[in-house]
Amino acid sequence: MDISIFQIIWFVLWGVLWGAYFMLDGFVLGTGFLSGIIAKNDTEKRVLINCIGPVWDGNEVWLLTAGGATFAAFPTTYALMFSNLYSALVLLLFALIVRGVSFEFRGKLDGAVWKSSWDKAIIVSSFLPALLFGVAFGNIFKGIPMRNDFVNLQFSYEGGLIGLLNPYGLVTGVLFVLLFAVHGALYISTKTSGDLSSRALSLANKIWPALLAVAVIFLAYTYPATKLYDNYVKAPLILIIPVVAVASLLLIKLFAGKGERYKAFTFSCLTIVFVVATGVAGLFPNLLPSNLDPASNLTIYNSSSSLITLKLMTVVALIMVPIVICYKIWVYRIFRSPVTGEEVLGDKQAY
Amino acid sequence: MDVLFLSQLQFAATCMFHWIFVPLTLGLSIMTAWMETKYVTTGDETWLRMTKFWGKLFLINFALGVVTGITMEFQFGLNWSEYSRYVGDIFGAPLAVEATVTFFLESVFIGVWIFGWQKVSKKVHATSIWLAAIGTNLSALFILQANAWMQNPMGFTIRNGRAEMTDPLAVFFNPYGLIKFPHTLLSGYALAAFVVMGISAWHLLKKNEVDFFKRSFRFAAVWAFVASMIVGISGDFHAVKIAKVQPAKFAAMESIWETKKSAEMCLLLLPNAPQECNAFEALKIPGMLSFLAFHDSNAEIKGLKDFPKELRPPVTPTFLSFRLMVGIGTFMILVSLAAIFLSRRDRFEDNRLFLSIMVLSIPLPYLAEQLGWLVAELGRQPWLVYGVLKTADSVSKSVTSMQVLLSLLGFTVLYGILGAIDIFLLVKYAKKGPDSDLSNIINVQGRA
Repeated sequence: MDISIFQIIWFVLWGVLWGAYFMLDGFVLGTGFLSGIIAKNDTEKRVLINCIGPVWDGNEVWLLTAGGATFAAFPTTYALMFSNLYSALVLLLFALIVRGVSFEFRGKLDGAVWKSSWDKAIIVSSFLPALLFGVAFGNIFKGIPMRNDFVNLQFSYEGGLIGLLNPYGLVTGVLFVLLFAVHGALYISTKTSGDLSSRALSLANKIWPALLAVAVIFLAYTYPATKLYDNYVKAPLILIIPVVAVASLLLIKLFAGKGERYKAFTFSCLTIVFVVATGVAGLFPNLLPSNLDPASNLTIYNSSSSLITLKLMTVVALIMVPIVICYKIWVYRIFRSPVTGEEVLGDKQAY
Repeated sequence: MDVLFLSQLQFAATCMFHWIFVPLTLGLSIMTAWMETKYVTTGDETWLRMTKFWGKLFLINFALGVVTGITMEFQFGLNWSEYSRYVGDIFGAPLAVEATVTFFLESVFIGVWIFGWQKVSKKVHATSIWLAAIGTNLSALFILQANAWMQNPMGFTIRNGRAEMTDPLAVFFNPYGLIKFPHTLLSGYALAAFVVMGISAWHLLKKNEVDFFKRSFRFAAVWAFVASMIVGISGDFHAVKIAKVQPAKFAAMESIWETKKSAEMCLLLLPNAPQECNAFEALKIPGMLSFLAFHDSNAEIKGLKDFPKELRPPVTPTFLSFRLMVGIGTFMILVSLAAIFLSRRDRFEDNRLFLSIMVLSIPLPYLAEQLGWLVAELGRQPWLVYGVLKTADSVSKSVTSMQVLLSLLGFTVLYGILGAIDIFLLVKYAKKGPDSDLSNIINVQGRA
């Protein structure tokens, strides 16, 4: 088979991996940064940590897989994306490191100062990745100021950390934060019971109008700020992707308004996946465009691995990803029942 | 300071910090799984209490290993983008496979193990720690194969301005990595066993929970001896491989300047790198070095002077790291053998001298772990991929020294704080000893 088929397969998988990551870590991040607003006391905070405790680590691995897949399938993109966005990604890394240990450390000592410090750490280290991922993807959609000469292998970058904080990047950042906020609040509402669950549901309902407003701004602003819509003009069939995204976004409110928590959460999953897919489909065949010169765009054609590596990775992905999905579903089923305060207080093993 | 130096410093610092936590994770995951299996098969609650106590220390340690591992995957692109672009076609694959095959297994089932005591049956619970431990152990295989390709690159060709994979089997079954895998993995088991023995010895000195810690100690002593022996034997094979494929590294490890046949081994030696000779040599064993390198006492050993100066690794640190590592390894074999025999005796908890030695030995395997990686990575310099790509040509070009200086400061502060907290918690929970009340686990698990 021709190499371009595998390049396209890996472009699709690349989008799927990011979509899966944002869908799964989105509610963990959302739960994390909303914990300060939703939880009223220590027991409720522990309930929230126990809601995400069994799954956060497995969800974060989707990020490592997305990163690893970028490295293996599109090494030039991996190399230039990570080095050009150096400072933003280091900041993101610090936040993810703090978030990971904060779940483990918080319950290990009893002092009030200790606990409240980790509570703050959880909020900040969950909020920052949500914002930074949004800003990063806004800039990926928009293109970054790089000049790449693929013949002489000369690559240069003319931007900096401050340049990433442009209006479009910030709008995408806020969009991600609000998406994850609604997503996290709905997750809490399905995973807890009683008053806590009701408060989470009502918070999701309150945040939703802001999410809708920012989503509309994002979709409108995307037209002048990026070239994402070019693909939709060329192939109108793919408009189905943003249509599903918008429909899911509206259905969240329909079901959340009626108190149907699981359905609302299902549609917030779909919303995130299809928002990511909307952007990724608009990028094709670019992985990271340049806003200086289209010839400098990193595409699936000029940045991919060789045919043999792409084939090897395809075989591994086709075997492993279904297996991973199967055992992850099994784990979610084991932990499907809501976490209660009595359970957390009565169980010495709980966090 | 330039970007290259700062990037090297940051890479070394973040790797070495990561490696403080990984070996204990490798060993203690398997030992905890073993303990829980003993509980499930015998029903003896002491095994359950051991699972809980050592498992808790495992988790406190595990957390930092996991989060510092994210750095490892990101920083190839962050700081070494020329490297990533040049070798990504080969090096990216084992990393991606590692994430898909092993990280998922480890992280998903560790969640079941931590939070599932009251949700799943005994057998499923024990299976989940095994799956997590297998995931952790297998991930070492993939990352060591990736590293092996940097040490002994094979199965590739230079094409399109980069290295491209031609033979995946050669990349994934690199003999260099297959020898290094047991060496590295079992060094983690030995370290974990020494930690278990050391903590048990501390409690036995205080006469806390004597039965519990005697059993833990005896259990770990066997692990420590078997693992240390395998580390030594595989280390010998590893050195033979190095002598063959990385002669400059081997010469630096042994501080050999002149090429000679039937080379002798000096038990005491001090290099004088500026003068290109040894300042001090004593206790020579004729032909021993040739025998160790090629399993043939007449074989020729290539000296450092046969390599251009710019292609030699830093001799003194490589040599000293290697010697010290081997010394500690030998000590560990002898001490763990003694531990097996002494701990069989009835009242070994009264042998205060021996127990004190075991407590004080805890840091030694940690030191040996770091030294081993120093030999591996310093000895490969100036190459990043041996004979293919130099470290100096691998660094990111769009990153400024100020950016790396700030990130290095950030890592130093963040890792410093988190490391201090983690070690504080490990010590606190190690001193606290096992919980006596396990009723809420046993009641629920009784239904299995």
